Amino acid sequence: MERTETRPNGSTHTISLLVENKPGVLHRIAGLFSRRGYNIASLTVGPTERPEYSRMTIVVRLSSKPVEQVVRQVQKLVPVVEVRELSPQDLIERELLLVKIRTPEKNHAELRALAETYEASIVDVSPDALVIEASGNAGKLDALEERLAAYGIQELCRSGRIALERGFKTLAPRNLK
Amino acid sequence: MAKQKMTGAQALVRCLEAEGVEYIFGVPGGAILPVYDALFDSKVIKHVLVRHEQVGAHAAEGFAHATGKVGVCFGTSGPGATNLVTGIADAYMDSVPMVAITGNVPSTLIGTDAFQEADITGITMPITKHNWLVTDVAELPRVIKEAFYVARTGRPGPVLVDIPKDVQNAELEFEYPTSVNIPGYHPPVAEEPRLRDAAQLIRSASRPVVYLGGGVRHSNAFKEVFEFCELLDAPVVTTVHGKGAFPETHSLCLGMFGMHGGRYSNYTVQGSDLIIALGARFDDRVTGKLSTFAPEAKIIHLDVDPAEISKLVTATVPLVGDMKALLPLLTEETKKAFSQQGRPDISAWKKRVAEWREKHPLRYKQDGQPHILPQWAVERIWEKSQGKAVVTTGVGEHQMFAAQYWKTSYPRQFITSGGLGTMGFCLPAAIGAKLGRPDAEVIGIDGDGSFQMTLQDLATAVDLKLPIKIFVLNNLFLGMVRQWQELFYDNRFSETPLSDLPDLVKLADAYGCLGLRARTPEELDGVLDRAFAHKDGPVIVDIRVRRQEKVYPMVPAGAPLNDMIDGEER
Repeated sequence: MERTETRPNGSTHTISLLVENKPGVLHRIAGLFSRRGYNIASLTVGPTERPEYSRMTIVVRLSSKPVEQVVRQVQKLVPVVEVRELSPQDLIERELLLVKIRTPEKNHAELRALAETYEASIVDVSPDALVIEASGNAGKLDALEERLAAYGIQELCRSGRIALERGFKTLAPRNLK
Repeated sequence: MAKQKMTGAQALVRCLEAEGVEYIFGVPGGAILPVYDALFDSKVIKHVLVRHEQVGAHAAEGFAHATGKVGVCFGTSGPGATNLVTGIADAYMDSVPMVAITGNVPSTLIGTDAFQEADITGITMPITKHNWLVTDVAELPRVIKEAFYVARTGRPGPVLVDIPKDVQNAELEFEYPTSVNIPGYHPPVAEEPRLRDAAQLIRSASRPVVYLGGGVRHSNAFKEVFEFCELLDAPVVTTVHGKGAFPETHSLCLGMFGMHGGRYSNYTVQGSDLIIALGARFDDRVTGKLSTFAPEAKIIHLDVDPAEISKLVTATVPLVGDMKALLPLLTEETKKAFSQQGRPDISAWKKRVAEWREKHPLRYKQDGQPHILPQWAVERIWEKSQGKAVVTTGVGEHQMFAAQYWKTSYPRQFITSGGLGTMGFCLPAAIGAKLGRPDAEVIGIDGDGSFQMTLQDLATAVDLKLPIKIFVLNNLFLGMVRQWQELFYDNRFSETPLSDLPDLVKLADAYGCLGLRARTPEELDGVLDRAFAHKDGPVIVDIRVRRQEKVYPMVPAGAPLNDMIDGEER
């Protein structure tokens, strides 16, 4: 998993895709990114308001190629109904983090307070371990991760970015708009 | 149309009939047996039994190139399907409309490493426009309809439909759909084309050049391109797939440019201040080193595929759409600009181009040469066929000699493997082209290395009594690789000399066709006359050419386009 906010070179873009909910679609899209050398920082896929479509949110890191080139190549895939780069200004992005901290019980109160600061919650407690759940944009989660590192992160899992644009803009296929 | 009960295999044949398919190139096998059984009853479709599926795919390509129709090939599961892969990849690179249909093991066995199982949809994902694994027989008609639609529309290309054996046997109520609705497949957004901007660029250019690619053929826009070029009255260059998009016998045409283009063609492109690219994609073999490509040129790029715009070279004015519809609009807009503002004066530019052409022609010298030069052989074949034959080629030096010296005067006359560069393409493509254009003289210009990659299908050509003529420019080398070894690897001819095998005349005899050989310049004309006089089945002509002859001029890979090397003066 790439730290999306701290890459030294290249620019990241959030691309949103509406795809047909059919077998093999993920393979087609991932294959296109890999063979054309587009670097995937994160990829999420899940159901949408319509059962026949899934939405994918791909965060792509590009060093030289323009993002339009990526969008046009992706658009050519037959099961891709719609694809667009989401404008960074209008972006609502969220990511989910689950992190397991191995730490003696005496630290739990401190961690609880830290979690609160980040609007995170503690979702599992055992005598010498905690699982913290947090959501937010990547920067916030990166910061939380950094703070938690001092307590000893045992295991960590991030969902990758999901995103929508503010306002009325949607990615619905032409005929359904 | 009333629905009819039938099997998936029968439905497939009906679908193909409905699509107007005349020829299928294929080889039967276990997992596609039901389809072949259904095919046995078709009175419309002719199946061509090839000896290797790769040949089936290339023959389908040759058919498609020569006719503009969709080529169709069949293969069984596993090796049958994987043998198609090279042909599918070739069609993908060259945007050839093709539908490949494969049988697969029964659905219940898919994913179990069953006998002759291969994940052909997975394998061909990167080399098809789209592919389908049909799991429900009820979907078969819709899938076939979509497959043909996707293959031939937009930027054409190959598609593959994989049908498990149980789906071929399952029954359905057949009805062929009359329309296609694929939510994710639609023509590029109709942005208002920037015709006025393009016309202004043309109006204000003093050193324009028109660059024609394979898109002209795919869009069938020959007439439209001719009108446009005549209006501009500017130099025209082509890619190897642009050969035939504009007559090379026309005074404006400078022929092919790029790695083995003429010096004058490359100088023209490099010196231009406006490139009008029509259905071309700025491949590395034509641009040379990208950062030094046509440094002063603005670019008008017309292409049906929006993803080709500004992929490698940034377009000043992109025009996205079907050339046949879009180019006449540009012609009109340009006419308007010319009549309002006057024609630009490009006479100084044309004079310079003419000087380059005069000073740096393509050249070779057969006189006083004991061996046949391949360039001369190509020109002799051209003469003997009055420049009218449809030519297919393999890949290698002979291909470039043909591209340089075969003056292509008509559309769909030069059929070659450009993007993938597939050796062995010549004979299969000639078979497909001859079936598609029975009235045309179809010849192949091949190399000895290339010919040996698919020569088993002489049997197919003999079976069909196809009067095709394959001229093998035989230098007993993998010549193009040898050329690179001589120029860039210090004459270390690693694995490029070929032994004098097989004896092509005896081989022809073994296959029951005519075999001829020319060893000396004196023999050539007579042999060519005999070959062209032979109308009863295929002819193989073994033309022994000067072994060390190289293709010049040449832009070394990665060098600027005008930085060309030439051969020794003889």
